[in-house]
Amino acid sequence: MARGLSCRFHETTLAATDKIETQMTEPRVEDAGGRQAIIAALAAAAGADIARAWAAWDGKPEFATVRGPETGLVMVRGRAGGGGAPFNVGETTVTRATVRLSTGEIGHSYALGRDADKARLAAVFDALWQRPADRAGVESVVIGLKAAASEANRQKREETAATRVNFFTMVRGDD
Amino acid sequence: MYVAVKGGEAAIANAHRLLADRRRGDRSVPALRLDQIIEQLGLAVDRAMGEGSLYDRELAALAILQARGDLIEAIFLVRAYRTTLPRFGYSTPIDTGKMLIERRISATFKDLPGGQLLGPTFDYTHRLLDPTIAEAAEVEAGERRDADEEPAPRVTDLLAGEGLIEPDGIADSDEVGDLTRSPLEFPLDRDLRLQALARGDEGFLLGLAYSTQRGYARSHPFVGEIRIGEVEVELDIPELGFAVSLGRIKVTECQMVNQFKGSAKAPPQFTRGYGLVFGQAERKAMSMALCDRALRAREFGEDLAGIAQDEEFVISHLDNVQSTGFVEHLKLPHYVDFQAELDLVRRMRGEYEAAQAADPEASLQEAAE
Amino acid sequence: MADSAAIEGGFADLVLDGQRVFRATMDALANPGTVNRLGALPQPPAPLTPELAALALTLCDHDSPVWLDATLAASGVVADWLRFQTGAPIVADPAEAMFALVADAAGLQRIEAFAMGTDQYPDRSTTLIVAVAGLAGGATLMLRGPGVEDEIAFAPQLAIAAFVAQWGDNRAKFPRGIDLILVGDGAVAGLPRTTRIEEA
Repeated sequence: MARGLSCRFHETTLAATDKIETQMTEPRVEDAGGRQAIIAALAAAAGADIARAWAAWDGKPEFATVRGPETGLVMVRGRAGGGGAPFNVGETTVTRATVRLSTGEIGHSYALGRDADKARLAAVFDALWQRPADRAGVESVVIGLKAAASEANRQKREETAATRVNFFTMVRGDD
Repeated sequence: MYVAVKGGEAAIANAHRLLADRRRGDRSVPALRLDQIIEQLGLAVDRAMGEGSLYDRELAALAILQARGDLIEAIFLVRAYRTTLPRFGYSTPIDTGKMLIERRISATFKDLPGGQLLGPTFDYTHRLLDPTIAEAAEVEAGERRDADEEPAPRVTDLLAGEGLIEPDGIADSDEVGDLTRSPLEFPLDRDLRLQALARGDEGFLLGLAYSTQRGYARSHPFVGEIRIGEVEVELDIPELGFAVSLGRIKVTECQMVNQFKGSAKAPPQFTRGYGLVFGQAERKAMSMALCDRALRAREFGEDLAGIAQDEEFVISHLDNVQSTGFVEHLKLPHYVDFQAELDLVRRMRGEYEAAQAADPEASLQEAAE
Repeated sequence: MADSAAIEGGFADLVLDGQRVFRATMDALANPGTVNRLGALPQPPAPLTPELAALALTLCDHDSPVWLDATLAASGVVADWLRFQTGAPIVADPAEAMFALVADAAGLQRIEAFAMGTDQYPDRSTTLIVAVAGLAGGATLMLRGPGVEDEIAFAPQLAIAAFVAQWGDNRAKFPRGIDLILVGDGAVAGLPRTTRIEEA
C-alpha cells in the first residue's frame, strides 16, 4: 500500500523536478573563477584566513584606502512563498572598502559582518588580481580559501545526512 | 502631560552603577564572553537578530549580555543600534531553493525528494532536564554519513505541478514596501505584512497562530515544509557592474498548506502561508506562516472569524519594541495628570456620598441602574 | 564600470567634514539671508562644483533620490561620482527628487516642476541646492520671516528667471512648497519656504 502511494507521487513529481533548481552543489576548487567569484570567495572567508594569506604574501603592495572600511546595512529580501513577490525580511551588517594600489589598480570588497581589517585586505587582493603579474598568486590564495569552505560545507552536509530518516516498508509474513 | 524630573541625576547615576554591578553578579564567578553566548545560547541570539531585525551575531550577543538576558530589552538595543548605520542597499531576493540545508522536514509527504533531514532538533527529546549538560563534559561531534547530491526541491513546487496549490504570491506592482522608511497605512499589501511579521514578537504571533487552530479563523493547516540552513546574500554593485555575494546567512523557512473549498473568486485548491525569519527559529516561522495565511482572508473572500485575521489589530501590536514603548511609558511621571484624576474622583465621591445621605433608597436604585 | 574619477575626491574625513557642512547648512536655514562658511571642500569632477558636492556628500544617501540639472546630467562621471560617494538614486523626474542639484541656475525653468510635499507630509518636498557665482554682489533682496530679526538684505548672484514672483507662488502653497539652499564661494545660505522675499 505504502509503496504504491509513493510511486504515484514520484511519477507526478519527476516531471516537476526537471524545472526545479537543484540544491547548491560545491564547485570544483581547481577553478578560481572570474572577478565575481574572487570577490565572493574573499567575502565568504574568515578574517583570520585572509590575514594569514596577507601575512604570507611576498612583495606586499603599497596602497591607499579610498573609501572605508565602512560598515553599513543591507536589507535582505525574501520572496513570498519562496518564489513569489519580494519582501523585506530584515537588515544585515555589511562592511565594504575601496583601495587603490600605487600602480593605479582599484580594488573593492563587500562582505557580511563588521570586520574592517578583512574588508581592507580583501579589497587589496581584488586590486592585486587585476595586476597581471599578481593574478596567479591571488587565484592560488582564493583556491585555498575555497577549498577550506568546501570542506566545511561537506562536513555540514554529512552531519545533516546522518539525520536523514530512512523509511522502509515492513514486509508482512502473508506474502 | 509629562513633568520634568529634577533632582534625579545622582539617583540615576547610582542606578546605572547598580545595574552594572547586578549584571556582572558575583565577581568570583567567571564573566560571560560573547563567543560563549553565540556558541551556546545560539537560539537566543537568533531571536534577538530576527526581532531586532539585524543579522549580526556579535551585536545580538552583546545586546543579550547587556540586557542581562532580557530578550525584549536586547531586541530594543539591537533596533536602536541599527539606526546608527547607513543603508547600502537592498539585496537581491534570497533563493531558499539553493539553501545549504541543516534541517528539512515535511508533514505532508513522507518520502520526498531530498528526504526528511531532522537536523539538530528538540522535537524527539523527552523534555527531561539533563544535569549532565551542566557538567561541561566532552560532547561528541555529530555523526557523519555520505551526503548524496539528491536535490531538495520545495514541496510547494512539487504540488504546483498538479495545479492544486495556489502559486507563490505575485505582487501588483514592482515597488517593494519598506516599513522602516514609510509609516504603515492600512490596508496593507502582503509584502509589508510579511516584513512586519518577520520582526514580530514570537509569543504574540504564537498565541495568534494557536487561536487560528482553535477555531478563531477557519483554517486546516499542514506543514508543507520547514527548512533551516544557509543562503547566499547578493548585492548589486554599480561600481563593479555586477552583483557580489556578501556571504551566507542562516534562515528558517516554513510553508503552511491550508485547505480551501473555493469561492466566487477562486477554485478549490490548497492555499498557503509563508514564514521566513533569521536564524533557527522554527516556532516563529510556523507562527508567522499561520498568521500570514489568516491575514489573507480578504484575498480569499473569507468571513472574518477571529482576531488573527484582523490586519489592523495584528500588525499594530506585533512589534514588541513598539508595544513595550507604550506599556513602559506608563512608568514616566504622570503626576499632574494623576492629580487631576484624584480631584475628579474625590469630587465624584463627594457627590455620591451626599446623594447617599439625602436619599439612601433612591441613590441605591440609581446606582443599580 | 566606474573609472577612477568617480572614486576620488570625496571628503577627507567623512565624519568631521560631514558634521561641519551639516552645521553650516542648518545655521543657514535657521538664519535666512546669512552667509555661512563651509570649510574645506571636496574635489568632485566638473561641472559639479565643490560646494554642491559638499552638500551632496553631507545630505544625500541611499534613501534620497537626487535630480540633476541638464548641465550636471550631461556628464556621466558626475552621476557615477554621486552614486559611488553617496549611494543616492539619480532620478529623471524632478517631482520624485528629495534633492535637486543645480549647477546652472539660469537653466532652471520652473520651481513648480519639483515635489511640493503633501498636506499630511509637507516635508516630502524637494530641497533645491543651487550653485551661484557668489552669495553677495547680486541684486538686493529684502528678507523677512522666521529666523530674521525685522528684515535682512541678501544679494546673491541668483539667475533664476522671475525668481521673486516664483517664490511668491511657492509661499502661497504653504505648508507645502520647496526650500532653497544657495552655495558658492565656499559658503552656504538658506531660504526656507517660510521666508518672505521682496525686491529692495
